[in-house]
Amino acid sequence: MTSTISTRGPGVRTDRRRTVRVGPFSGVVRTRQLLLPVVALVALVLVSAVSLGRGDYPIGLGDVLRTLVGLGDPTQQFIVTELRAPRIVVGVLVGLALGLSGALIQTFARNPLASPDTLGINAGASAAAVAVIVLGGGSGAAAGLLGGLGLPAAALLGGLLVALLIFALAWRQGVDGYRLVLVGVGLSAVGFALVDWLLTRSDIQDAAAATVWLTGSLNARTWDQAWPLGLALAVLLPVALALSRQLGVLQFGEDTARALGVRVGATQAVVVLVAVALAAVAVAAAGPVQFVALVVPQVAVRLAGGSRPPLLASALLGAVLVVGADLLARTVLPVALPVGIVTAVVGAPYLLWLLVRGRRSITV
Amino acid sequence: MTATLAHPDLRPSAAPRVRLAAEQVRLAYGETVVVDGLDLELVDGSFTAVVGPNGCGKSTLLRALGRLLRPTSGQVVLDGKPIAKTPTREVARVLGMLPQTPIAPEGLTVADLVARGRHPHQSWLRQWSRDDEDVVAEALRWTDMAEFADRPVDALSGGQRQRAWISMALAQGTDLLLLDEPTTYLDLSHQIDVLDLVARLHAERGRTVAVVLHDLNLAARYAQRLVAMKNGVVVAAGTPAEVLTEQLLADVFDLEARVITDPVSGTPMVVPVRRLR
Repeated sequence: MTSTISTRGPGVRTDRRRTVRVGPFSGVVRTRQLLLPVVALVALVLVSAVSLGRGDYPIGLGDVLRTLVGLGDPTQQFIVTELRAPRIVVGVLVGLALGLSGALIQTFARNPLASPDTLGINAGASAAAVAVIVLGGGSGAAAGLLGGLGLPAAALLGGLLVALLIFALAWRQGVDGYRLVLVGVGLSAVGFALVDWLLTRSDIQDAAAATVWLTGSLNARTWDQAWPLGLALAVLLPVALALSRQLGVLQFGEDTARALGVRVGATQAVVVLVAVALAAVAVAAAGPVQFVALVVPQVAVRLAGGSRPPLLASALLGAVLVVGADLLARTVLPVALPVGIVTAVVGAPYLLWLLVRGRRSITV
Repeated sequence: MTATLAHPDLRPSAAPRVRLAAEQVRLAYGETVVVDGLDLELVDGSFTAVVGPNGCGKSTLLRALGRLLRPTSGQVVLDGKPIAKTPTREVARVLGMLPQTPIAPEGLTVADLVARGRHPHQSWLRQWSRDDEDVVAEALRWTDMAEFADRPVDALSGGQRQRAWISMALAQGTDLLLLDEPTTYLDLSHQIDVLDLVARLHAERGRTVAVVLHDLNLAARYAQRLVAMKNGVVVAAGTPAEVLTEQLLADVFDLEARVITDPVSGTPMVVPVRRLR
C-alpha cells in the first residue's frame, strides 16, 4: 500500500489516505476523517459566538469577541460572561459528552440503536431527578436525602445506578452487544414508568417543572453546572480517544478481536464505563436531551466515511447540534422551547435524509 | 520449520518441536461439557486437519487452542508456556486464528481489513510503520487481493471474502494459524482455491496450520495429519491413510463407505455407501 491508493471499484468512493511518519510516530491520515473535526470545530465556534450575541439584549459579533478577550463594556461583559456564556458552555459540554457517548456505545454494541437514550441511562437519571422535583418539598427519608443532594447529583446517581444494573445484568464474561441493548430497553421502561408514576401523583407546578427538565433544557444554567461537566470531560475524552484503536478491532466481534490480541473483557468494561459516565454527567447538567447521542454518530460516520463513527468528530458535531438547537430555540422560534425538542426535530429528519440518500443501510 | 531442524544444536533424531498443545483439556459451555480430558499436540511445520461429525467438539477444541475459550480444567500450552498466562498480545504475534464466520463491519475496505492484522504489532505511537505497510501490501499481493484493496469487504463474493480474511491472517505474521471451517458456504472450486492458499501458506511460508474441515476427501488431500474426533475425544490421529479406514468411518461417522485411492493425489478417498443405524 502506497501513500495513496488510486485503484477504485466501480461506484465506490474511498477516502484518500496518507501515511504520516514523524520520529517514532507513524500513522495513517484520511483526508475526510481529518477534515470533519476541523469543520465541526469551526462551525461550533461560529454558532457559539452568534449564540452569545443573541437574546433580549442583542450584542454584535465584534462586541462579543471583544468581550471574550476582556475588552467589552461592563454591561456587555456581565451579559456575555455571566448570563449567556455558562448556558453555551454547558451546551457545548453536554453536546460533546452525548456525541462521544453515543459513538462509543454504538461502536461497541455494533448496533446503531444503542445509545444512552435507549440504554436506560436517561431513564434512570430522569427518574431520580423527577423524584427530587416531586418529592423534594415533601417528607420522608428518601425525599429528604434526594432533596439534599440537589437535582444534578441525583440525576448523576440515577444514571450511574442504572449503569451498574446494566453491567450486572448484561455481563457474561464480557458484554454482548445485543444483550446490552435488550437489558437497556428493559431498564429504560422501568425508569420511565417510575417517572410517569411520580408525575401522576405530583401537583401541577412540580409536574410542569419536571416536564421541562425531562425535555432537556439549558435555561438558567450557571458556571456551577459547567465546572463538574468540564472536569469530567477533561478526564473521559482522552480516555475515549486512547481507546480508538481497540474499538476498531472490537468491531470485528469478540473472537476476532481476541485473536488479534485485544483484552476483550477489560476493554469492553472501560468503553462502557466511559460512555455511561459521559451520558450521566451530561444528563445531570441539562436533563435528558434526546436524540443527540443516537443521531450524531450516524451523521458523523456518513460525513467522514469509514466503518465506524469517528469519536472526536461525533463529539464536536454533538456540541454543534446542541448549541445550534439552543440558538434556534431561543431566537427563531416564536416560543422559547427547551433545547431537547429542537434537537429531536432537527436531528431526526437529517438522519432520515442521510438514510434515504445513502448507499449504505445502517452503520455501526 | 526445516531451517530450525537443521540447527547443529538439535540432534538429528530429535523429534520436531511441539508448538501448541492441549493437555487434558475439559471444555464446556455453561453446564454442557463438550470436550473432556483431551490431549493434542501440534508440532512445528505440521498441517493438521481436525475432522469429525457435527457437534463432536472440533470447533470448540480449535477455539480453546486459539485461547478464545478457557478450559474448565487442563491447559493449552503455546511454545512451552501456558497460553492463559501469556499476555494476549504476545500470543497474537505467534498464533493467528480465523473464526468460522468472521464479521467485517459494513463499509470496511479490504485494505483496512488486512491492515487490522497488524494490530498486535502496533501501538498508539506506532500505528502504521513502514514494516506494517510492506507486510500488508505483500499479504494483499500474495493472496491476489491487491486489486480489491479499496473494495468494501461486504461487496465481495464469498470466495474473495475468505481470501481477504486469510490475507489478514497472513499480515498478522504468526507462525501458527488456526482456521475454523474456512470453506463453509463456498462452492467446490472456491473450496479448492482457499485450501490451495492455505497449503501454500504451509509450504511456502512455513506456517504451522491446523484446520477444522468437514470434507474428508479434501482433508485427506491437503493435511499431513488427520485428527478424528467423536463426542469430545480424539478417536484416531495419524496420516490420512492411517486414520481414514472403513472401520473408523463406521465408528465415528456411522457411515458405511469404501475407501479408495484418490486418482489425483494418491491420498485416501471416501466413497459413501449408506448411513448406518
